[in-house]
Amino acid sequence: MAILVIAEHNNAVLGAATLNTVAAAKQIGGDVHLLVAGAGCAAVADAAAKIEGVAKVLLADDAAYAHQLPENLAPLVAGLAKGYSHVLAPATTNGKNYLPRVAALLDVDQISDILSVEGADTFTRPIYAGNAIATVQSSAPIKVITVRATGFDPVAAEGGAAAIEALAGQGDAGVSAFVSEELAKSDRPELSSAKIVISGGRGLLNGENFQMLYKLADKLGAAVGASRAAVDAGFVPNDLQVGQTGKIVAPDLYIAVGISGAIQHLAGMSSSKVIVAINKDEEAPIFQVADYGLVGDLFEIVPELERQL
Amino acid sequence: MKVLVAVKRVVDYNVKVRVKPDNSGVDLANVKMSMNPFCEIAVEEAVRLKEKGVASEIVVVTIGATAAQEQLRTALALGADRAILVEHNDELGSLAVAKLLKAVVDKEQPQLVILGKQAIDSDNNQTGQMLAALTGYGQGTFASKVEVADGKVNVTREIDGGLQTVALNLPAIVTTDLRLNEPRYASLPNIMKAKKKPLETVTPDALGVSITSTVKTLKVETPAARKAGIKVSSVAELVDKLKNEAKVI
Ligand SMILES: Cc1cc2nc3c(=O)[nH]c(=O)nc-3n(C[C@H](O)[C@H](O)[C@H](O)COP(=O)(O)OP(=O)(O)OC[C@H]3O[C@@H](n4cnc5c(N)ncnc54)[C@H](O)[C@@H]3O)c2cc1C
Ligand SMILES: Nc1ncnc2c1ncn2[C@@H]1O[C@H](COP(=O)(O)O)[C@@H](O)[C@H]1O
Repeated sequence: MAILVIAEHNNAVLGAATLNTVAAAKQIGGDVHLLVAGAGCAAVADAAAKIEGVAKVLLADDAAYAHQLPENLAPLVAGLAKGYSHVLAPATTNGKNYLPRVAALLDVDQISDILSVEGADTFTRPIYAGNAIATVQSSAPIKVITVRATGFDPVAAEGGAAAIEALAGQGDAGVSAFVSEELAKSDRPELSSAKIVISGGRGLLNGENFQMLYKLADKLGAAVGASRAAVDAGFVPNDLQVGQTGKIVAPDLYIAVGISGAIQHLAGMSSSKVIVAINKDEEAPIFQVADYGLVGDLFEIVPELERQL
Repeated sequence: MKVLVAVKRVVDYNVKVRVKPDNSGVDLANVKMSMNPFCEIAVEEAVRLKEKGVASEIVVVTIGATAAQEQLRTALALGADRAILVEHNDELGSLAVAKLLKAVVDKEQPQLVILGKQAIDSDNNQTGQMLAALTGYGQGTFASKVEVADGKVNVTREIDGGLQTVALNLPAIVTTDLRLNEPRYASLPNIMKAKKKPLETVTPDALGVSITSTVKTLKVETPAARKAGIKVSSVAELVDKLKNEAKVI
């Protein structure tokens, strides 16, 4: 049987995590069909049809899916799911929002945030902030799964030529409405898929001081992240939080500046290839995961680093 | 209106758990247990709604072993009026929990149900969304702001790109994110008063809910440790290592 993957997008552009999710589906095996549900999202379906290894694109273009409200989207996905062995979505805030609703409508458990595929019914996933990895097996007739993007190398965005099949919308459930959105605008790479991430913590002391990190990031083509403490204190917006309950990143290079390295933070970045820690406290737990640690005052080190690059 | 809050007893967030030598799970013997931090935020939000005169009664519910009464008493000390323990000794999947909560919702008929976004043991992030599916209610997940007015609740949600606000008909389901509020501590007089507040115990059987699961844990392992790194003594050395050894810049 085929596997249904739900595409991540904003009606204009396909989200990068879709490619990692398709990669997970291909490891499970079977034809991969991609659902693009949105409003005015034909361009996304065109992009989806080009993804390597996608056999078919289902396009549900309807006002009810404009903001992917789960009350409207979940019944559509649950209806389609009955013809598939697996339903996969990226473990983004959007995927985490609608997919459990789909699972409950299908009366099956969901497996959250898989890191690897061990077999068509067996997967690994982190528990306890990544301090343990569970191998779980599902006997559900339809396996409903969110995929941690950092666990799977993305498939190529080009090379496929899938047919696009239009689906009728199922209307609005009438219990929820979109009101507004405040989206961060940034010319820097997206945090979840950037090759280099520079994160700041409470040690930065205030929002203005993050300018130092932005300058460094622009020099390196990096994204900027933060610890929960920096977000809670209002230094930076919530979408910069890296960790157990924020974004998961695994760049080639992660530079932690003024971050102590609480387990909840490590859960979001410890799969990075190379980790650099800059901290004035040589006992800070972040040094236990750092490949290169530099003990000292970040207010001296960061400007110096920027000069030397 | 009546508000129902679901809380879970979990290992305290400060504890670094260890995997059992036989890989059957994590070792929870003699480990400090607490209310899930996101559930503390849920209780706090309900209490604030009551202080504003929006909520009239707060019912707190947990599904767990007898020991989970501790977390119910904590919620009562923080301001909940009444507690329900759905007694069950084994860890349940989120779908089973959502089904049990649905049975409680059917009985209690709350206008708002507040849950945490995620339990920090299973890291599932599912239960609120599943309860919303089973009840057919709207869901405002990962909430950083909750405003009740005119038979609706406006929920501002923390999403990957920033913030999103949705309006939900009541009754509705809300799950909390970290920035919703800062939970208070229970005062000693309130802890004493909480001992006298009603706490009812029921069983999954009595609620008529099947709690079977389609997921089996085969093994639990410690993640691969990172190999120890080095300390560099200067910015120049760091730049050299990143360019010539790690080759990442
Ligand atoms: C339910 C829950 C979920 C959580 N989820 C997350 C999450 O997703 N992500 C997350 O990050 N946290 C999360 N946390 C919070 C986590 O436990 C820590 O509190 C947080 O990560 C600490 O942030 P920090 O390292 O910036 O601050 P601190 O721990 O205060 O560390 C600041 C560091 O800066 C250093 N420093 C200060 N000044 C300087 C200077 N001038 N130069 C150099 N170094 C300096 C200090 O030595 C210190 O090590 C969560 C907590 C809970 C309870
Ligand atoms: N056993 C339980 N008893 C009561 N509430 C629970 C239980 N398990 C999960 N929840 C609620 O669901 C939220 C999310 O949990 P989860 O979906 O397991 O990550 C928690 O913060 C609680 O509010």
